[in-house]
Amino acid sequence: MKILLSGNEAIALGAWEAGVQYASAYPGTPSTEILENFARYPGIKAEWASNEKVALDNAIGASFGGARTLAAMKHVGVNVAADSLMSLSYTGVKGGLVLVSADDPGAFSSQNEQDNRQYARSGKFPCFDPADSEEARRFVGIALEVSETFQTPVILRSTTRLSHSKSAVETTIPEEREFRPLPKFERETGGVQRVIIPAIARRRHPEIEQRLRDVAAWTADQAFEKGINRIEWKNKTLGIVTSGIAYQYVCEILPDASILKLGISYPLPLENIRAFAAQVETLIVVEELDPFIEDQLKAAGIPVAHGKDIFPLCGELTLAKVRAGALQAGLIDDSGPAVILDARPEDVPIIPSRPPALCPGCPHRAFFYTMARNKRNAIIAGDIGCYSMGVLAPFEAMDMLISMGASIGMAHGFKQAGGQEAAVATIGDSTFFHSGLAPLASAVYNRANIVVAILDNRITAMTGQQQHPGTGVTLQGETGQEIDIAAVVRAMGVTFIEEVDAWDVNKMNKSLRAAMKHQDGPAVLLVRGACVFTPHFHRQPQMQVDLEKCVACGSCFRVGCPAIIKSEVIYPTNNKPKSAIDPLLCTGCTVCMQVCPTNAIGEAND
Amino acid sequence: MIEKLNLLFVGVGGQGVLTASDIAAQVGLDLGLDAKKSEVHGFAQRGGVVESHVRWARHVGSPTCERGTVDILISFELLEAARWVEWLRPSGMVIVNRQKIIPMSASVGDAVYPTEDVLLSVLEYHASKVIVVDALSLAAQAGNPRTVNTIMLATLSTLLDTDPMVWETVILRRVPSKYADVNKVAFALGQRESRR
Repeated sequence: MKILLSGNEAIALGAWEAGVQYASAYPGTPSTEILENFARYPGIKAEWASNEKVALDNAIGASFGGARTLAAMKHVGVNVAADSLMSLSYTGVKGGLVLVSADDPGAFSSQNEQDNRQYARSGKFPCFDPADSEEARRFVGIALEVSETFQTPVILRSTTRLSHSKSAVETTIPEEREFRPLPKFERETGGVQRVIIPAIARRRHPEIEQRLRDVAAWTADQAFEKGINRIEWKNKTLGIVTSGIAYQYVCEILPDASILKLGISYPLPLENIRAFAAQVETLIVVEELDPFIEDQLKAAGIPVAHGKDIFPLCGELTLAKVRAGALQAGLIDDSGPAVILDARPEDVPIIPSRPPALCPGCPHRAFFYTMARNKRNAIIAGDIGCYSMGVLAPFEAMDMLISMGASIGMAHGFKQAGGQEAAVATIGDSTFFHSGLAPLASAVYNRANIVVAILDNRITAMTGQQQHPGTGVTLQGETGQEIDIAAVVRAMGVTFIEEVDAWDVNKMNKSLRAAMKHQDGPAVLLVRGACVFTPHFHRQPQMQVDLEKCVACGSCFRVGCPAIIKSEVIYPTNNKPKSAIDPLLCTGCTVCMQVCPTNAIGEAND
Repeated sequence: MIEKLNLLFVGVGGQGVLTASDIAAQVGLDLGLDAKKSEVHGFAQRGGVVESHVRWARHVGSPTCERGTVDILISFELLEAARWVEWLRPSGMVIVNRQKIIPMSASVGDAVYPTEDVLLSVLEYHASKVIVVDALSLAAQAGNPRTVNTIMLATLSTLLDTDPMVWETVILRRVPSKYADVNKVAFALGQRESRR
């Protein structure tokens, strides 16, 4: 049966088919759906970990116990897990272990565009690079075999375009499967390698180098036999080395060229590529982001005519970008579809941009409205989540944001270095459990006078509502232990803790000001209100604007709600449009009502 | 019989654009063609622009279309149709839902949401045919405002040389069973309206 699966759904299916028994992940776009889908298969255990390093450590333990296992994360999540990953290369694995790194060329939903194929090179383990959902499904099983054969961790690298595109996959309906307990643990005897103390690390290093040579030999023969690496011979005027999603663009733009398609971007079958290069007149490399393959070929003395000189280093590749590069190098002469941009109607309007915004009813709104009113004497260190939109108009209430959990440490450092303004860190509930606990401990210990606003919306919201330790519901829908954030904070020794209703503007203002004055270590504001996409959020009667009372002062626009729009009615005194509320969008959260100085906003009376 | 088709579904996060494009891609597969679809989830979905590419062919390579090659643009919102209309191939067609969702750049900022007349004139300049659908009121008429995407798909199905039953079957397979009837009604209503 052929069905359409996203790359992420296909990875989950492939993992299940290949007998993965345990998988762990922290949600992160574009990787999130891998574990969500895997969790639905029978006979397996799938969990949300509190962060990516925990997820990988979970997988390592499962592997050492003998299970086939998988850890999934977005590209920047691998940075969090890298401490374990780099040494896992030395310890090796027992049960096959695949780390799925979902990279985000184009930074659609990320803070950078790092190319995680580089991890494979620096960690000296293989990197698989599928080009569609069917390959993603198939490669998981082969990656697990390689992992076990060579006792190595393996990265399966996806990208946003692969993870979130759907293509046809051949599949059967999964049969029932019982969860199998692991066999009795076999303690290592003799040459222990899973306890990676210095003496063992020194002994292991040359073995790792040899392992890499062995895997490279495998990519030169077995990988071709299994069709993971393959050559598609056509016209020999042009030969292209490519991998991943770039292969799809190459096939369409340069349909007559011969292609060496790599399913493994590290290590490379260099002699096979050298032989391919010798048989074509011109060799080019088409790859997304870094010149990862190109640099390896050049270092091996393989003549590469074009690569990153004609294809962009930054951003996601597209058909248009591959076409532009091929045109520039004279490889094609078809400039592509004619787009009529001239001779357009004279009154072509400017199309207003549509930036993302906090949803109507969002529990972060009143906090950022209040923060914006108090930002004159404060710096705001933000964190990763929906609340990073606090930087956008109309709030513009965020001064720094860099990575998961960094808000607290940055506010701390700013203050301890002599910062004159109040230092406020804003961090979500899931992010707090991910990497907020350690920096809070550090701030308490060092008596840093900072404000930590924990915006607890009872879910991991940005990635699409995943559970976490603060919700007490597990990935597979079971009841876990819910961790009480206030109790944790108190136990750490924080002396100022105030819980605030997320939609109470007055209380928010009072509590924030009190916290900013606190001078005995960190002051914690626990802002509580459920995300509108959770069942805990309750819609209230909708708001409407009384046009008699509205004086078009614009106060309600400063709450940044998509439901508040300009009406057709102009207030003559300032010649500005009065406000209106879109009944299709309003959730009745009342934040706009609370900030209206003329009491013009109230419950809709129909 | 269709050999090759590029569709571009656009709208605003939360309108059901992704579900509609899922269904359209599956229809391609059920018609015996290869099909792919592509979109980006995450940050942009919070009230931002949503675009989803659907391609049918004997063999589909890239999951995304190239600008200037889209056969039919299906827009769930007026402004978004104008934003994406240059992706149409010459003599491509537009199906547009007559719904306005004012972006924050216009409600809070100084940007101006153009009038419907101006937006339609831009669409008509680029497209060989522009079909304006009152999808929201038709969906309400069908019994559930959330059937907007079924109304849009019904309209699309009348522009293509395909069996409407294939569309209806895929839609019913996709929606929860308690909404099957209302979606059946919406599909029939959408088809009838666009044939008028």
